[in-house]
Amino acid sequence: MASETGVAIEAVWKFYGDYPALRDISFTVDRGACLALLGRNGAGKTTLLRILAGLTRPARGRVTLLGEDARAVETRRRIGVLGHGIGIYDELSAFENLRLFARLYAIENPAAAAKEWLERTGLDRVQDGLVREFSRGMRQRLAVARAFLHSPTLLLLDEPFTALDDRAIAVLQQLLAEARGRGCTIIMSTHQLREALELASDVALVNRGRLAFRGERSAEMLQDPSWLYRNYGEA
Amino acid sequence: MRTKLIVALSTLACLILAWNIRTIFLHVPDEANQGAIFRILYFHVPAAMTSFTGFFVAMGFSVVYLVKKDLKYDSIAASITEVSLAFAIITLVTGSIWGRIIWGVWWAWDARLTSYFICILIYSGYMMLRRAVDEPNQRARFSTVLSVLGCVDITIVWKSIEWFRTQHPGPVLSVRSGGGMAAGMESPVYINIIPLLMLSIALILIRMRQEDLRHEVDSLRRYAHSF
Amino acid sequence: MNFLRNSLAITHKDLRSEIRSKDTINASLSFSLVILLLFSFAFDPDSEQVQEISGGLLWIVFAFASSLILSRSFARELVNDCLDALISSPISPAELFFGKAIANFVLLLAVELFCLPVFGIFYNVTWAQRLPVLLAVMMLGTWGMTVIGTLFSAMTVNLRLREIMLPTLVYPFIIPVLLGAVQLSKVLISGAPLDADNQIWFRLLIAFDVIFTLLAVAFADTVLVG
Repeated sequence: MASETGVAIEAVWKFYGDYPALRDISFTVDRGACLALLGRNGAGKTTLLRILAGLTRPARGRVTLLGEDARAVETRRRIGVLGHGIGIYDELSAFENLRLFARLYAIENPAAAAKEWLERTGLDRVQDGLVREFSRGMRQRLAVARAFLHSPTLLLLDEPFTALDDRAIAVLQQLLAEARGRGCTIIMSTHQLREALELASDVALVNRGRLAFRGERSAEMLQDPSWLYRNYGEA
Repeated sequence: MRTKLIVALSTLACLILAWNIRTIFLHVPDEANQGAIFRILYFHVPAAMTSFTGFFVAMGFSVVYLVKKDLKYDSIAASITEVSLAFAIITLVTGSIWGRIIWGVWWAWDARLTSYFICILIYSGYMMLRRAVDEPNQRARFSTVLSVLGCVDITIVWKSIEWFRTQHPGPVLSVRSGGGMAAGMESPVYINIIPLLMLSIALILIRMRQEDLRHEVDSLRRYAHSF
Repeated sequence: MNFLRNSLAITHKDLRSEIRSKDTINASLSFSLVILLLFSFAFDPDSEQVQEISGGLLWIVFAFASSLILSRSFARELVNDCLDALISSPISPAELFFGKAIANFVLLLAVELFCLPVFGIFYNVTWAQRLPVLLAVMMLGTWGMTVIGTLFSAMTVNLRLREIMLPTLVYPFIIPVLLGAVQLSKVLISGAPLDADNQIWFRLLIAFDVIFTLLAVAFADTVLVG
């Protein structure tokens, strides 16, 4: 049913020139589900996530997020994206960064929202420090704050646990648990099978641009994470 | 099929061109004030018209690409632009040669030549941009933007340099300088348009074939890398 | 209006970053001073000629100063993948483009306002007789350069030869702007009033600015979103 569908991907193709990076991908993700998007490097996970994040348009097919097109303004207001890059400005302070994004996301009181999220990610004491002086872990936590700042109902995470320090991982895991608790839909691409499969309710495997597997997370997968790759890996 | 078209067009074009050249050199007398050199205008003017038209036609195809997202239209647009650029260079060179004989200088900042020079700069930039972008869809999008902006800009350039030259008069390159041209002299100028247009179409078709081959190589390369 | 509010949020961010680091503006100012210095070797700064070519000289300096500012404009978004964060946010590519164009305009105008008195000192040229109109010309000309330069900056940001591509593309396009601005500046610096002949250059500048602002805003989405 439309009201239960968080994300619907219909017959999506994406070409780089004549080369198909994504081939006829179709699947849905229910609202409130947490999908682990798996696949080798170059399989097309990042391309798919970029299409969902509205950074690029599919060559063919359609993507519907929360009932609307991915590029619709309302949709973008409800999506939180955590990609490979952290997406924060080195020359601005932590507070200024969050306030900027709060403004862009049309949050009622940008300054207050920024302060609140600095506290939640443990950055309130360095809020006026310039990001370029931050440690890596601090930057990552700020990136997480930026992604969750506007209380998104759909989260798109591209390898979020890669290169996070312990503190940042803890913050992210807590926020993800809270998000799931309030019914947020999550799509997470990852290489860290174990962490992802623990959080996930659903799994999709992409192989050379095609959807090789789509189903619920099973006990088998939890016990032996590489089961999927063995059975559906090389198409 | 396409090869036959290319051969047919080129042959026909060369025949007409040969006939026109014969007419120009044997039947048309020297012009009163300009002497023999005015004959170069029989190539300069049609080349100018071909290239100018080409830029705008290419813009049309680019816009079609933007609407239909079919890379074939981008290939056509790029091929037309490149051939038009070649004809624009011919326009400039023939104009410069004419100027050397008539004015005694290789270059005199005449309004038309200056505008064509700027045209060449803009569309050389277009070709450079195409070379610098690897991804074909991105290349096509950027080319469209540049093509539309370029056509609007060259229109503005043309007008503004004309205004500049009315305020600061200088030498003028004109088919009709030195008085009106006699009747028999004008028609080859326009008749030469036809063979030049045919030649340009043949060149465009050849160029399009190169683009097709390039696409194939591109995708083969990506397939290879995906293993 | 939402469009303006979102654009200005971007403008504010760019200007704040720049004022803090001052990288681009310092480079641009130094570059302008070097060009002004080089020109003094090209011809005798005391001669009558200078008044005649002052308009051209100034705008050559401004055009060169712009290349550093414009190339930096979208380049600063590549660090940390900020451009992706902006494009996936609710603001439209048109608002993003417009905000950056305004920021570039402010920075370039600041450099120009610095260069003007320096130019006057170096070449013993009085330039303030028709100052308000001269400022209007500077603003119109600068906006023309900025709107084209910002759009092309967005196009060339990810390319291999970005530093070469941007000037190569921008300079031929802005020739009408430079032409008009030079003609008007020449007259205004000499203190003469603008006659009917010169009005046409005003109209050219305004037409250029309006047409290309509309086109650039319309194409912002095509350029920024794959």
